[in-house]
Amino acid sequence: MNTLILREATRLLVTLILMFSVFMLLRGHDHPGGGFIGGLIASIAFCLLMFVSDAPDVRRLLRAEPAAIGGVGLGLAIAAGFIGLLVDSSPFLTSKWLVVGGLALGTPLVFDVGVYLVVVGAVLTFVLGIAEQ
Amino acid sequence: MAVVHSAEQEVPFYARAVVALPAVLFAWLCTLIPAVSSGEAVKWSVAWLPQRGIEFGIFVDGLGLLFALLITGIGSFILLYASEYMRCYSQVGRFTAFLVGFMLSMLGLVLSDNLIVLFVFWELTTITSFLLIGYSHEDAAARRSALQGLLVTGAGALAMLAGFVLLGSAAGTYSLSEMLEQPPDLGAAPVYLPILVLVFAGAFTKSAQFPFHFWLPNAMAAPTPVSAYLHSATMVKAGVFLLARMSPILGGTEVWAETLSIVGGLTAVYAAVVALTRSDLKQVLAYTTVMALGVCVMFLGLPIESDGTPVGVIAAVTFVLVHALYKAALFMVAGTIDHSAGTRNIRLLRGLRKAMPYSYLAAALAALSMAGVPPFFGFVGKELLYSSALESSAWGFAVSAIFAANALIVTAAFVVAMSPFTGDPAVTPCEPHEAGWPFWIGSLVLGCAALLAGLFPGPLYEHLLLPAVASVAGQQPHYEAALWHGFNLPLVLSVLTVAGGFLVYWKRAAALPALSGLMARLPLTGDRAYDALMSGIARGSVGLTRFMQCGIQRRYLLIVFTTMGAALGVTIWLKGLAQLPSQLPRVSFVDWTLAAVIVASAFVTMTAKSRLLAICGLGVVGAATALVFLRFSAPDVAMAQFMVETLVVVIVAMVLLKLPSFREEVRPTGLGRFRDGLISSVVGATVALVLLAVSVDHPQAQLSEYFNSNSVPMGHGRNVVNVILVDFRALDTLGEITVLAIASVAAYTLVARHPRRRLRPRATRAEIAPKRAASGKGSRA
Repeated sequence: MNTLILREATRLLVTLILMFSVFMLLRGHDHPGGGFIGGLIASIAFCLLMFVSDAPDVRRLLRAEPAAIGGVGLGLAIAAGFIGLLVDSSPFLTSKWLVVGGLALGTPLVFDVGVYLVVVGAVLTFVLGIAEQ
Repeated sequence: MAVVHSAEQEVPFYARAVVALPAVLFAWLCTLIPAVSSGEAVKWSVAWLPQRGIEFGIFVDGLGLLFALLITGIGSFILLYASEYMRCYSQVGRFTAFLVGFMLSMLGLVLSDNLIVLFVFWELTTITSFLLIGYSHEDAAARRSALQGLLVTGAGALAMLAGFVLLGSAAGTYSLSEMLEQPPDLGAAPVYLPILVLVFAGAFTKSAQFPFHFWLPNAMAAPTPVSAYLHSATMVKAGVFLLARMSPILGGTEVWAETLSIVGGLTAVYAAVVALTRSDLKQVLAYTTVMALGVCVMFLGLPIESDGTPVGVIAAVTFVLVHALYKAALFMVAGTIDHSAGTRNIRLLRGLRKAMPYSYLAAALAALSMAGVPPFFGFVGKELLYSSALESSAWGFAVSAIFAANALIVTAAFVVAMSPFTGDPAVTPCEPHEAGWPFWIGSLVLGCAALLAGLFPGPLYEHLLLPAVASVAGQQPHYEAALWHGFNLPLVLSVLTVAGGFLVYWKRAAALPALSGLMARLPLTGDRAYDALMSGIARGSVGLTRFMQCGIQRRYLLIVFTTMGAALGVTIWLKGLAQLPSQLPRVSFVDWTLAAVIVASAFVTMTAKSRLLAICGLGVVGAATALVFLRFSAPDVAMAQFMVETLVVVIVAMVLLKLPSFREEVRPTGLGRFRDGLISSVVGATVALVLLAVSVDHPQAQLSEYFNSNSVPMGHGRNVVNVILVDFRALDTLGEITVLAIASVAAYTLVARHPRRRLRPRATRAEIAPKRAASGKGSRA
């Protein structure tokens, strides 16, 4: 499987797919997409990379333990839930918005980024675990 | 990670600095004394779960203040002592954090105004106690003791929670202060007895009452500061505290009085006897703690006298303070002896008085209070015990139980505090020496406090103890505290007690073996019953696991789908399908084609002769399903489905190389095949039925309308699916991603190779054998 064409194409593709995954994450609130789908797309990018190189290479590129990425994501999602509590002591996971011009920024975005990271972390923990066997 | 180091380390700065915390709290609590003793209760609260009537409330009355002062006062000395004692342990930071965590939870427990908040703090003390008992976690005995304490007190606490919920709904409030102001009349209510049993379960397990007493002596596996603090002075008194708290609300009935007197009396006598049969200093002290707790429980059960003086409560509250002062001091001395002489075995310890003069002084002061010798505070306590026992209706039982327990405690006091210090010096594992001042200052101060309290009981009672009695008895008691009450029956009994106790001590060479023989003949102890229960549970779960987790994927699927089919089937059978669509909706040609593709590829998967073909078939099923989602305008679901299909192919491709060959014979034949077909058809048909029913009678029609109309104004998003996921129902999503994260880590531990094995090439058996022998010798040496 490890052909020259795939290898060279992957270098470009991985970057593109990762950018696309972030795009999917950010557009999710108004169009099809979101943290879950974005996270799956990002994991697929890393899987592709693993086919042309190897698991240690993917780990090096990730720079962090995949399980830790998942943990950070989970922490981020939980932290997003507490923002409302800090702002005006509303219950856990109440959304808070900041509308700048026409752009609405809110705690659900932070939450969705958390979902994205958990999905990436979970899938890669498992896939790398199998690949390193 | 080794916890015990032989070399002593520097005391970390924070271990000393943290002593300021309980000291400041103690000082602050002292400023509350005037207000509380004049009958006011200090209250402070913040809404926590207002929908359920739960407030995070703090409520300082006489009883709470007495306990809070004990917790912070003794806590200051314990933290100081621990900073020095833990020098030969590692991870002092963790230890200090646990200890401070415990202290704050205990403080929360005694000051909380709400039943649920009290329960939360109660469990926090259980957990910190677990962590502290199991602090030397390489030691199997410590781990077992920690788990035992956790399970016994945790089980009791859960029962107690059920009791609290019943009590809260019967009384109409969860607030303790409201209940105490207007005690609900529950005596005749049918729910009274269940509440009582459940609350007793919590209190008796926590305060180590017979037959749940066994976890407390085992908890002595903890480092000595922990034993002194949690398992004698404070945490184990939580049960006594709870009973005292509940006494105006649940007390006053015959069941209450009789249960407490009998359980408490039995515990006191039993523990006092066992205490003398132990040779480990800490074990002796632990059993005398159980005895003291039994005494407190017993006297809380004594009914209030006709002349309005709640003597039993006065005695119990006095004894709580008496015991906390002398027991914490003696435990600290025991720890000091262990530290400097290298052993806690009474039979090896003699003549330490020259080497350890301050510890001897502290031990003597504490032991004299423990034995109830005038003018110590213990004497006041014992006089009170006798006079209230004499006034009770069941005075025969009460007096004889107290006499027996007290006499044996006098013996125990001499055994613990006299025999290690007197006599000719014996050879101990280490050269005994007086340790640094943090080691003895605490026990010396507590010992002196016991002396002062005995000399000047008046102000102590007026400002601290009688307000506590008032919150237990529900009325302001009239009681003149004094050291000397003249020549009367309690005094005679007191003198007889000390004489009897000293006699047993004098003749201990003959008396103690007789007691040991008596104890050895007991058929069943709580400890053994606990072991039997635990191994029973372990055996049961092994059997269950062998049945459920057989390792055969086919059987797992069988169980999952049968359960699912049965659950859906039963629901349909019980509730009936409201209505099925009279006619199927119009289905386009494209949809029929997709359905046909799905069915055909499912068939291919089923009959495939190679694994690769089966996977391809499944992939087609997934892709076609995704197309169906797309056709019915659910692009998010379709996209997720496509991604998952892609990943499944990747994962399966990796796994494929490692699987054994796809053998034809793993497929069932004949009857097995028929069974599988039947289950699949039934599950498929049931799911189809449910989906059809849902499409007609849409119970969530209002919901989807709500989501559709509010997505943009409230959620600032036009993709309703995503707004639901991350905003409207974000808590569900949080649950899902938590499961996802945990599942991935669990799966990783299953598939990943153990890192240690990867680093080391596999050794042959011949290489291993000599290495084992060598390492075995090394560890023994």
